Amino acid sequence: MRYLPLTQSGRQAMLAVVGAKSVDDLFVDVPQEARLSGPIAGLPMHASEMAVERHFASMAHKNMAAGDHPFFLGAGAYKHHVPASVDHLIQRGEFLTAYTPYQPEIAQGTLQMLFEFQTQVARLFGCDVANASMYDGSTACWEAIGMAGRITKRKKAVLASGLHPHYVNVAKTMAHFTGDTLETALPTLDVDTGFAALADSIDAETSCVVVQYPDILGRIGDMSALAERCHAAGALLIAVVTEPVALGAIKSPGEMGADIVVGEGQSIGVGLQFGGPYVGLFACKEKFVRQMPGRLCGETVDAEGKRGFVLTLSTREQHIRREKATSNICTNSGLCALAFSIHMSLLGERGLRDLAALNHAKAVQAADRLTQIPDVTLVNDSFFNEFTLKLPRNARDVVHKLAEKHVLGGVSLGRLYPGISELENGLLVAVTEVVSAEDIETFAASLQEVLS
Amino acid sequence: MSRYFTDEHEWIEVEGNTATVGITDYAQSQLGDIVFAEVPAVGASLSKGGDAAVVESVKAASDVYAPVTGIVTEGNDALADDPALVNSDPEGAGWFFKIELDDLSELDGLMDAAAYKAFVDSL
Amino acid sequence: MSTLNASGWRPEMTENDVTTPSTFTGNRALMLEEALIFEIGDEHTTGVDLDAAPSVQSRLGGMDRNRGIGLPGLSEPQTVRHYTRLSRQNYGIDLGFFPLGSCTMKHNPRLNEKVARMKGFADVHPLQPQETVQGALQVINELAFWLIELTGMHGVAMAPKAGAHGELCGMLCIKAALEARGEDRKVVLVPESAHGTNPATAAFAGFTVEDIPATPEGRVDLAALKKRLGPDVAAVMITNPNTCGLFESDLKTISDAVHAAGGYVYCDGANFNAIVGKVRPGDLGVDAMHINLHKTFSTPHGGGGPGSGPVVLSEALAPFGPIPYAARYADGSFKLVEEESAGEEHPQTFGRMTAFHGQMGMFTRALSYIMSHGADGLKQVAEDAVLNANYILRSLEDTLEAPFAAFGPCMHEALFTDNGLAEGFTTLDIAKGLIDEGFHPMTVYFPLVVHGAMLVEPTETESKAALDQFIGALRSVANRAKQGDPALKTAPHFAPRRRLDETLAARKPQLVWKEPELPIAAE
Repeated sequence: MRYLPLTQSGRQAMLAVVGAKSVDDLFVDVPQEARLSGPIAGLPMHASEMAVERHFASMAHKNMAAGDHPFFLGAGAYKHHVPASVDHLIQRGEFLTAYTPYQPEIAQGTLQMLFEFQTQVARLFGCDVANASMYDGSTACWEAIGMAGRITKRKKAVLASGLHPHYVNVAKTMAHFTGDTLETALPTLDVDTGFAALADSIDAETSCVVVQYPDILGRIGDMSALAERCHAAGALLIAVVTEPVALGAIKSPGEMGADIVVGEGQSIGVGLQFGGPYVGLFACKEKFVRQMPGRLCGETVDAEGKRGFVLTLSTREQHIRREKATSNICTNSGLCALAFSIHMSLLGERGLRDLAALNHAKAVQAADRLTQIPDVTLVNDSFFNEFTLKLPRNARDVVHKLAEKHVLGGVSLGRLYPGISELENGLLVAVTEVVSAEDIETFAASLQEVLS
Repeated sequence: MSRYFTDEHEWIEVEGNTATVGITDYAQSQLGDIVFAEVPAVGASLSKGGDAAVVESVKAASDVYAPVTGIVTEGNDALADDPALVNSDPEGAGWFFKIELDDLSELDGLMDAAAYKAFVDSL
Repeated sequence: MSTLNASGWRPEMTENDVTTPSTFTGNRALMLEEALIFEIGDEHTTGVDLDAAPSVQSRLGGMDRNRGIGLPGLSEPQTVRHYTRLSRQNYGIDLGFFPLGSCTMKHNPRLNEKVARMKGFADVHPLQPQETVQGALQVINELAFWLIELTGMHGVAMAPKAGAHGELCGMLCIKAALEARGEDRKVVLVPESAHGTNPATAAFAGFTVEDIPATPEGRVDLAALKKRLGPDVAAVMITNPNTCGLFESDLKTISDAVHAAGGYVYCDGANFNAIVGKVRPGDLGVDAMHINLHKTFSTPHGGGGPGSGPVVLSEALAPFGPIPYAARYADGSFKLVEEESAGEEHPQTFGRMTAFHGQMGMFTRALSYIMSHGADGLKQVAEDAVLNANYILRSLEDTLEAPFAAFGPCMHEALFTDNGLAEGFTTLDIAKGLIDEGFHPMTVYFPLVVHGAMLVEPTETESKAALDQFIGALRSVANRAKQGDPALKTAPHFAPRRRLDETLAARKPQLVWKEPELPIAAE
C-alpha cells in the first residue's frame, strides 16, 4: 500500500522490541467479540491511484461546472476569479500540512498570516478586532447571537427578514436547544429592507438585532438609525455580510455602528466547492473581545526581543474553560483564511474597489437587460452584484428549464423558501466579474424562451 | 481592622461594615503571571461562596469566590490596565473589590493570618 | 547516537564552531525574516489586472463607500515571495515527524488534492439544480456508505464542519431523541480525561456536565459511572480509544448500563485511527460518534482547519439527524433531502446546523483516501499506527515515566509524564528541545489526568527509520532534562523564533496591526 512505509521485516523487528508475537496481541484490550479477524466484509479492497482518479473523474463529469456555462448563482456563495497564485501558495506543504499553531516558535508562518488576516477582516468590516476565522458564515452568525446574549445577559434575538434562510434555520436549531428566543420573519418581494420596523420591535429583553448587508434579496439598507435604536435599548446590532466583495463599493457595517460583524469569506480566495469548506469571518468592537468565540492571534516578542506572534486570550476557549467556554470551536478554517488573505493581498484596496465596481456595473447591465423581457420586473431599488427578479411564473421550474439549456440562471426563492407561494416567482440573480456580455445575452434569450 | 483568610485563598480585610477582598500571595504564586482580572460591578449582590471575580493567567482561568455575603461598593479599576498588580502586590494594591457585609457573623468561620499560614504549609 | 542519524551530520562537525555572527539583514541564509503585508504593500498596488468596469449609473442606493479601507496590495511576485517566506517558518508533516497526540498528523496524499480540484467538484455551486450535481451527491453518498460500514452504525450526518461541530450534532440528536420521548434529562457524564470540547459541547447544547473519575489503569471507573446513572442522565460522552491512548475495554458494559438507565452513549471518535477497519463502534453499543475526516481520513489540517466531522448514528438516533443529506434512490439517482422534503422523508430531524451541505472539499479527499486503502488497507492503517505507538512506548519507557505501560499495550499513542526530571525542568523544556532536534513536539500537558503529560502519536505513515531517529532524539533531550542541562531551559535555539512572551500578548492584546505612531519631528 503506497501510503504505508513499514515493511514486513520492519514490522517483525518492531514486534520483537515490543515483545508481542503478532499485532493482534496489541489489541488485547478490545473484547474478543468486537475484534474483526479480517477486512470488513463486503467492502472493496485497496485501489491504485489511477483507478481512484478514474472513478472520481467519472463522478465529476456528471456535474455541470460553473465555469463551463453562463452562471448566475449567488445566495451566499459567489463565483469569483481566484488568481492562480492563491492555489499554488496554499498548497505549500508548510501551510497545507501544518496543525493549529500550538508551538509558536515553529508556526510563525501560520501565525503571522492569521495576524494579517485578522487585520484585513477588521478593516474591511470597519471593526476594531477580528478573530482567526470560524467554520462559515452561518455558524459565525449563530456564534454572534450567542455572544450578544453573554454580553447583554438577555435571551431574545430579532432576525431581519432579509437574513439568509439557512442562517436563520441554523439559529433556530441552536436557539431551540439553548432556550433563546428568536423573532423571525419572511422577506417580501418589496424594496423595503424592513430596518425601520425592526427598530420598533426592540424591547428591554432584546439582546441583539441581526441584519444582512446586502440582504438575501440583494437590497442594501442603511443600518445607522437601527444601530442607534439598538444601543439606546441596550441591545447590540449584528451585521452579516455574505458577499464581502461588496464592501469594496459600499460603506462598512462598522462605520454605521454595528457592534459585531460576521460574514462568509468564500467570495475572496475560496472556490464554490459545492458549499464547503468556506471561511467564517468574525469581527467586533474591542470592548467585546473577551466574549469572542474562536482563536485569536496576537503580537508579542520572543526571548531575544524579536517580533513574533502567538495564539492568545485562550482562556476563553474550550481547552481551558471547558463547560464555561465562549464556544466549543477548536478547528476553524485556517487554510481558507489563508486563501482569503492571499487573494486580499493580491487585490489590495485598489483591486478590491475595482473588482467591486466591475461586479456592480455588470449586475446593472444584467438587470437592465433581463427586465427588458416582458413581465419580468426588478424587485430591488438598490443592489450590489445580486438582485431579485419577479417572474411571471414559478421560478423553480424556470431554473430547471434553463439548466436544460445549459444556463445556470440564478437561485429560485422557492428553493430557499419552499412552500411560500408569495415568494415562488422570485429569482435571485448574481452577476460577478466572471460573467461576460455574451453570458448575459444568452441568459436573457434563454429566459425569454422559457417564459414564452 | 482585621484581616481574614479563606481556604479558597481569598483575603478579606474588614473595617466596620465594609471589607476589601483580594487573593493571597500564595494564590498569585500558584497562578503565575496574571494577565487579566475581572472584578464585579458596583451594586452587584454576592453570596458567600459564590462566584465574585475571575482571574486569568496565560493557561488558566480561576474564579474568585465571595468570602462573605453582601453588596459590592467598589471594584479595583486599576486591575483592568495593570493586572500584574495582583502578582506584585496581591494583598495591597492588587485588591479586587470592596463589599458591604450583610452579616458580620459570616466572618466567624474564616482563618486568621496564623491559621492561614498553617493551612498553606500543610498543602 | 550519531549512528542513528541517517542524515550525514555528525556531532563532531560543530566542535570547532565559532560564535555565530550576526547579519546585516537579520536573515540567516535560507531563514529569511519577513515583514507584514502592511509594511510591504500599499493601497495603490495590486496584483490583479481587471477589465475596466463599463460605465453605468450606480444603483448602490446612496450607500457608496466614502472612507478608505486600509488594505495594502502586493504585486504577484511580492505576494508569492511573502507567503513562500512565511511558509518556511512553519513546521508541517511534509517536512518531518509530527507526533502530536490525539491529532493524527498523518501523510496527506496528493491524489486527494488532485481529485478535490476537479472542476466538477471544486467549481460547483451548492444551490445548483440537483440534476446538475448528481456526481457531487454521489460522492457524499458513497462516503456516507463507507463511514456507516466502517463503524457498523445505522446512519450518518454529513453536515458538521469539524469535530467539535460533530460533537454538537451528536448531542443535539440525543437531545431531540429525549424530547421525542418526552423526557427532560439534564446531566451528561464526561470522564475527567476528556478533551475540553466534550464538556464545552454538552454545555453549549444546554446540558449540565458532571465528571466521572478514572481508574489507576487510566480508564473510566465503571463502578463510579454505574452508580451515577439514573433518570436525570441524558448521556455519557466517552473517547475511545481514550486520551491516555488506551482502549476502554468496558465500553460495551458501559453502553448496556447506560441504555438500561435510559441514556445514550456518545463516543468521541477523534482517535478512530487506532481501530479503523479493526473494530466497529456500532458493535460496542455506541449511539453517536463523530469522525474527524482531517485525522483518520487524512484531509489536511491546513494550519487549523478546515476540518470535517460527520457523525455516525445508531438506529435510535438516526431519525433525528440534521438536514440536508444526500439520499440515493432505486433508479440510481441522488437527491438532497433539505427543508422542502424533510417533512415527508425525515420528519423528526432536529434541523439545519450549517448553510449548504457540509465540507464537500473534505468529502472528496476523504473518499479518495478510503478508496485508495480499501477495507484491507484501512485495517493495516490501524495495525501499523498501533504498532508504531507501542514501539515508541517500549523504546522509551526506560527513559521517561510511562504511567500505564505496566498494564499492557497502548493503542495509537504513547503517554509519558515529567516525573524524574531535574528540579525546575518541565515537559515544556523537552518539547522545545525537540524543536531544535527538528521534530514537531508531541502534545503536551494533555490529558490532564497525569502530571506534565507528553502524548506521542506517530501514526502509520512513519517508517521504522523515522521512529528510530525520533526515539534517539527524545531520549537525548529527556536525559538532558534529567541532568539539568541549562541550555535546554532556553531552547529552542535554532527555530525562527526563541520562546515567545505569551504573558505580554495576553496582558496587552495586539490583535490587529496598527500604524506605528510617528515621533513628532522637532522643528
